[in-house]
Amino acid sequence: MTPRTVAELGASLRRGETSPAELAAASRGALESLAPLHPVLRYTDELTERQAARAARTLAEAPETAGPLCGIPFAYKDVLCVEGVETTAGSRILQGYVPPYTGTAVGRLLDAGAVPVAVTNCDEFAMGSSNENSAFGPVGNPWDPSRVPGGSSGGSAAVVAAGAVPFSLGTDTGGSIRQPASFCGVAGFKPTYGRVSRYGLIAFASSLDQIGPFARSVDDVARVFTAMAGHDPRDSTSSPTEVEPVDEQLERGVAGLRLGVPHEYMTEGLEPGVRTAVESALALLEKLGATLEEVSLPSTPAALSTYYIIAPAECSANLARMDGVRFGFHVDRPSLTDSYLETRGQGFGPEVKRRVMLGTYALSSGYYDAYYRKAQKVRTLIAEEFDRAFEKVDALVCPTSPIVAFPKGERSDPLSMYLCDVLTLPVNLAGLPGISVPCGLSEGLPVGLQVIGPRFQDARVLRVAHAYQGATAWHEAPPPPAPGAGSPTS
Amino acid sequence: MTTTSAVSTLEQILARYEPVIGLEVHGQLLTRSKMFCGCSADYIGSPPNSNTCPVCLGLPGVLPVINRVAVEYTVRTALALNCEIPEHSKFDRKNYFYPDLPKGYQISQWDMPLSLNGHLSFTVDGEEVRCGITRVHLEEDTGTLQHAGDILQQARSSVVDLNRAGVPLMEIVGEPDLRSSEQAREYLVRLRQILVYIGVNDGNLEQGSFRCDANISLRRPGETELGVKVEVKNMNSFRAVQRALDFEIVRQGRLLDQGQTIAQETRGWVEAKGATISQRSKEYAHDYRYFPEPDLPPLQLGVDFVERVRAGLPELPQQLIERLQRDHGLSPYDAAIISAEREDARAFEELVASGVPAKAAANWLMGEVARLSRESHTPVQRSGLGVAGLAALVKLVEGGSINGSTAKELLEELYLPGGDPAAVVRDRGLGQVSDQGELERLVDAVIAENPAAVADFRGGKEQALQRLVGGVMKATRGRADARAVTGLLRDRLSG
Repeated sequence: MTPRTVAELGASLRRGETSPAELAAASRGALESLAPLHPVLRYTDELTERQAARAARTLAEAPETAGPLCGIPFAYKDVLCVEGVETTAGSRILQGYVPPYTGTAVGRLLDAGAVPVAVTNCDEFAMGSSNENSAFGPVGNPWDPSRVPGGSSGGSAAVVAAGAVPFSLGTDTGGSIRQPASFCGVAGFKPTYGRVSRYGLIAFASSLDQIGPFARSVDDVARVFTAMAGHDPRDSTSSPTEVEPVDEQLERGVAGLRLGVPHEYMTEGLEPGVRTAVESALALLEKLGATLEEVSLPSTPAALSTYYIIAPAECSANLARMDGVRFGFHVDRPSLTDSYLETRGQGFGPEVKRRVMLGTYALSSGYYDAYYRKAQKVRTLIAEEFDRAFEKVDALVCPTSPIVAFPKGERSDPLSMYLCDVLTLPVNLAGLPGISVPCGLSEGLPVGLQVIGPRFQDARVLRVAHAYQGATAWHEAPPPPAPGAGSPTS
Repeated sequence: MTTTSAVSTLEQILARYEPVIGLEVHGQLLTRSKMFCGCSADYIGSPPNSNTCPVCLGLPGVLPVINRVAVEYTVRTALALNCEIPEHSKFDRKNYFYPDLPKGYQISQWDMPLSLNGHLSFTVDGEEVRCGITRVHLEEDTGTLQHAGDILQQARSSVVDLNRAGVPLMEIVGEPDLRSSEQAREYLVRLRQILVYIGVNDGNLEQGSFRCDANISLRRPGETELGVKVEVKNMNSFRAVQRALDFEIVRQGRLLDQGQTIAQETRGWVEAKGATISQRSKEYAHDYRYFPEPDLPPLQLGVDFVERVRAGLPELPQQLIERLQRDHGLSPYDAAIISAEREDARAFEELVASGVPAKAAANWLMGEVARLSRESHTPVQRSGLGVAGLAALVKLVEGGSINGSTAKELLEELYLPGGDPAAVVRDRGLGQVSDQGELERLVDAVIAENPAAVADFRGGKEQALQRLVGGVMKATRGRADARAVTGLLRDRLSG
């Protein structure tokens, strides 16, 4: 049974065949049956009920004002603040924290009538590539529960892959939407930096973080993106430029487009199955009328170390506010210093501590020039290389991840985990839009095709991915029924 | 070789060493809202933590938005202090843990401040002093703490109030160009005056909206290298700054005399002890790990913006002093006193505009009005009488309707409650007795009643005349025109 899309559910609602409350209840049921995979941290019951009622009113009283998301259930990552709903960023240190405000991205979806159902599991403070760094336990991949769903937005990818919700929200700092999308066989889109407001997103690395959607079809991804995108006066890094309408571009196909294949992305230790799947995808795009061209991004090997200076540096400051004084977890000790030390010592997990320490070191007096300043320079170089590539080609196509979903516990040393993101994190360093769409299987597990565009050419990226989906059925393939994984919504 | 002693006085030390002083001033900006959110910047008097929002509380997920007016006020200040305004500027994060700093970092400016390379000139004891201004930059204020106990480290408990957190704070860093505590004091007086004049700061040292830290070191006269500097904090008045610096000069001088080295450290001024005490040594100095604030794009101030701010710059104290002399014929001394507070200068100009002669306006403002203003903590603008009432009163004197002493009494009486001086004079019959016939009759009576005084005066005792004038004043309950009475008496007695 093919899980239903936003478009299909919306049509059902308009025909009166179902109601927002019914859809939300069905999603909730499906999510509950996923419990063994542990993709959900909590349900938003009260808000779900309120939003479902609001959507129902809109559909009944002013259907002409109801957008495509009105009445559609969704789940969002545990780093997005929503008023009245506990938000913990997958961390013990924020346990019990209930934000008194709603962030812009989710707020815009609520305004569009979408109905939140659940908060999804993720790596602590979005730091990780396997969802094994969640303080509340790992998530299983719906394709094989013994394997990871990718990370850090693993829960959000898993619930869409399992068909429990038609779409979800994740965040992407170095690949945290695209890599789990790849591992779970769904579409996952990271918009251009500055296209979607970060207000209400619990920051990991402010200059890299972006919020984006997961869905089965690029069509649905585009709908959710359109509802969230655009300038927000509360986020000074959100772009004031008009959002290019996606609708007009989506159906234009790839005929005549020049697509670049970054040489460096095809040679770096790709698993054979991944290479085969991506090469067939490239061949298909060519068949659809695109011209393929090899391009070079020579600084790619420096991206990983650049990223692991800048992101930890920013997170070392961003996480300083978690001091146990005003919210979340607190360990009481007679002295203030001991309270800080114990609260943070017990509240943060090992990966978060590692990055806070790396970042603190990189910013320290005497090391700043050697690390942070140098990393910023390399970051500029990387962005310029992409700019030069985009002078020759309209978009880049390449694998999302060099590997498919790996078994839980396999990558216990941090470096091997960091290497999962070599093909995604340069895109964040350059602030570009990137999407992953399923393009085949390798040993029964999904492979992702990544499409990267120039800054603010989000619509073009979606157009290429949509054209690919128009000629393939990989995105319609649900994961094989796994024991306890439940059945998709019907 | 000079004899040195552990008990050298300030004068003795100043004869052997030259103090080198640089001041850092923090001024809260008089904007309506805070630096990065919409909360009110006027936080005083609000219940604890009520003047806050998710942004200034530093809750997870929030982002700062720059207050444009705060940028404009900082640029205005920088221009008033002759600074350059670079085209590019940015905000940085200054990282440190303290319970009054909700984000764990302060958004400040590190290597690309809003302005650079200014100066402030003034005179001390007739000597021209030009103090360089390194930079004027913009940041956010912290919250406030109250401890059950003296300081955080020893407190039994502490409470945090974040009402002040995020209030726009401007830092004015001065070059180490000051050579005495008097110069330091005068620099602060002048700087405060400018900030108040241009409307960016209320200049309140006691409440801490205008705060000063000092760096001070000593060196032998003629040396070009700087000595080890000590940072002094916690000075809440101009007087405290001067006393703390003098204390440090003596403390450091005595240590140097004994051949000891000065520890680079931060010391706090303790008013009650009249001494500075060590707070933090260099080994425990913070590494603030500054880096560019990724939540805020770099600032690009256009030439147009800077020129618009420059064009809108109000008259500065020095310009006003010169104008008061030029346009109103005030002496340099009077002009300086009248312009010390912008409000006084404004009152002066209003008095003159309403027809009061400049000299009379200056004298009243510097004399009786200044006294009443000080004693009642109410400047004339906010008094019941107001500037208009004061003008009416002074004009009654100048027009000869009442005499000076009646005017002083009336001023005191009407200053706070207010009232129409002319009406009071009329109702109570306080009008000056200046009718020639009436005065002649009174003078003759007094001469007749005081033969001894008359004899004294005729014998050459000039003061005796005052006794006779006093007699007339007494007879008229102070309402007689004293000058006319004196003239009449002279005429009569020399005739």
